[in-house]
Amino acid sequence: MKRFTTALAAVLAAATLAVGPVRAQQVTGAGSTFVYPVLAAWSDAYSKQTGVKINYQSIGSGGGIAQIKADTVTFGASDMPLEPARLAEAGLVQFPLVIGGVVPVVNLPGIEAGKIRLSGKLLADIFLGTVKTWNDPALAALNPGTALPALPISVVHRSDGSGTTFNFVDYLAKVSPDWRAKIGVGTSVSWPAGVGGKGNEGVAAYVQRLKGSIGYIEYAYVLQNKIPYAVLENAAGSFVAPSARSFQEAAASADWSKAQDFDLVMTNAPGAGAYPITATVFILMHRQPKEPAQTKQALDFFRWALGQGQEVAAKLDYVPLPPTLVAQIEAYWQASFH
Amino acid sequence: MQTVMQQVSVAQPSRPAPSAVPAARVASAGARGDLIFGGLARMATAFVLLVLAGIALATLIGGWPAFARFGASFVARTAWDPVQRDFGALVPIYGTIVTAVLSMLLAVPIAFGIAIFLTEVAPRPLAGPISAAIELLAGIPSIIYGMWGLFVFVPFMADWVDPWLAASLGRLPVLGALFSGPPLGLGMLTAGIILGVMVVPFVAAVMRDVFTLVPSALRESAFALGATRWEVVWHVVLPYTRTAVVGGIFLGLGRALGETMAVTFVLGNAHDFNLSLLAPSTSIAAAIANEFTEADSATYLSALIALGFILFVVTFIVLVFAKLLLLRLARQAGR
Repeated sequence: MKRFTTALAAVLAAATLAVGPVRAQQVTGAGSTFVYPVLAAWSDAYSKQTGVKINYQSIGSGGGIAQIKADTVTFGASDMPLEPARLAEAGLVQFPLVIGGVVPVVNLPGIEAGKIRLSGKLLADIFLGTVKTWNDPALAALNPGTALPALPISVVHRSDGSGTTFNFVDYLAKVSPDWRAKIGVGTSVSWPAGVGGKGNEGVAAYVQRLKGSIGYIEYAYVLQNKIPYAVLENAAGSFVAPSARSFQEAAASADWSKAQDFDLVMTNAPGAGAYPITATVFILMHRQPKEPAQTKQALDFFRWALGQGQEVAAKLDYVPLPPTLVAQIEAYWQASFH
Repeated sequence: MQTVMQQVSVAQPSRPAPSAVPAARVASAGARGDLIFGGLARMATAFVLLVLAGIALATLIGGWPAFARFGASFVARTAWDPVQRDFGALVPIYGTIVTAVLSMLLAVPIAFGIAIFLTEVAPRPLAGPISAAIELLAGIPSIIYGMWGLFVFVPFMADWVDPWLAASLGRLPVLGALFSGPPLGLGMLTAGIILGVMVVPFVAAVMRDVFTLVPSALRESAFALGATRWEVVWHVVLPYTRTAVVGGIFLGLGRALGETMAVTFVLGNAHDFNLSLLAPSTSIAAAIANEFTEADSATYLSALIALGFILFVVTFIVLVFAKLLLLRLARQAGR
């Protein structure tokens, strides 16, 4: 009993210390799970160089938005941009940090990565549950010469709310009027078909285990799990595989200059080689922070991340922002924080 | 806590050596100890009741916007649309109850068999290790059951059990609706079986403990009258222990109703209403665990908290039902 009491006291003391003066050397953030691996790698490299620790909680984009609004963290990270009106209301600024892509993955016996082609409309019909089997005429027409099995299609989606889902359904709504009318866009939606997996890893696990399934996951998880992906038709009409280059092309072809507070979802980008479901992680910070010193430290960190940090990001298959966009972010910082 | 221990230890030794101290002092020390002990016991009980009332009240208040917006029909609607902010709780309620009932159908006979084996059949040197193994099974975290379910059991169900069920029972006229659909391996049947495996050790442990409490005089008299082993179990052991056995079963049922991690792995987390046991569904606990962190509107959050309140009510109804059943059994036994 006594030992327990001592242990409890020690824990309490540690907890008190943690919120004490040590905080000055620590920048806290919360939000998007997608950005967590690269933020962790950056934070490690950055603290070795400067001694400043970045403490990031990957609780999900919605949680990140809620935390920064409640002013409990220095920055929030979200896979979904906020509208300028909502930003102004909460006194927040917003800028993109890294690029990734959402990739449809399949489990079809005998079909390798990139060997099945899908159009946006067809992808929407599959997730709407109107195209039910892999040998559907619409699929066969897009994939001449590929022997498609007569398997029923099992749709796998996210069971939790997610920025990945937001980018995926935003794309479906852009290419399919049916999807826009019946389902709409959000971090979680009312799925007309299929089963739900928790997190990217949950969807990946289901797709790997259910024959004839199709799901959507972040690009980094495709590489890690080596799951066969489908090739998507983009807005320019060419079929594009997910890759660092096709994501960057999408980022470059998107018109950032007109987007106030970078409020732009890059899906269905117009470039000839642009990957259609390219997504960005946005950082949210207070315009007039409670603790300006920490916000300044956070900005120094992001400046480092967008410059030197890109090498670390590339190793983890994250795609750096195009240089023109980085210049715009610098200008935005100058205008937002004097 | 420290003071309690001291009080108790002061009060106790005075009893075995009454001659050493004046009787009046013993009485007053004992009375004071009793008073403090009674007060602490009361406080402990009040604490539990307070927490219970607090949880019920907090979930009711948190879920109130959803109940107010959708009315009583909240529990009867199948919609679950975060975009349109239109919510109904029927699918999770149905999924919760069906998986829990399935798990009990599996767990109760197996647990009964284990308990009978351990108390009536097994030779003594064997009973100890088997008991320990069953208790070990109870200690496995539910996430392990969930992952084992997803990686091992779901493919087995998808390749063997589901297609066979759909081809045989699925063809029957009325019953067929319960066994139709593509063989995903995920679904209410799989979740029910996994839950059943998880609940077995709890129910079995309670049953074993109460079976050993049957006075051996009763048991031996029955054997002396020429009863078979089965007759002894059915006519002596079970009637003697039935209140505790029913209690143990409902303890298991309560656990099955509230289980989260294992269920979310194998149930499919789909908010579509489907009668078929082979179809994916969701449960109250799984829906809350999946969606709570990213519930982005007040209505959504409130609908999830309302689900929590409903689970509370469902569990309460189950417990009341168990109590009523026990009362009836007691009355029958009295007759």
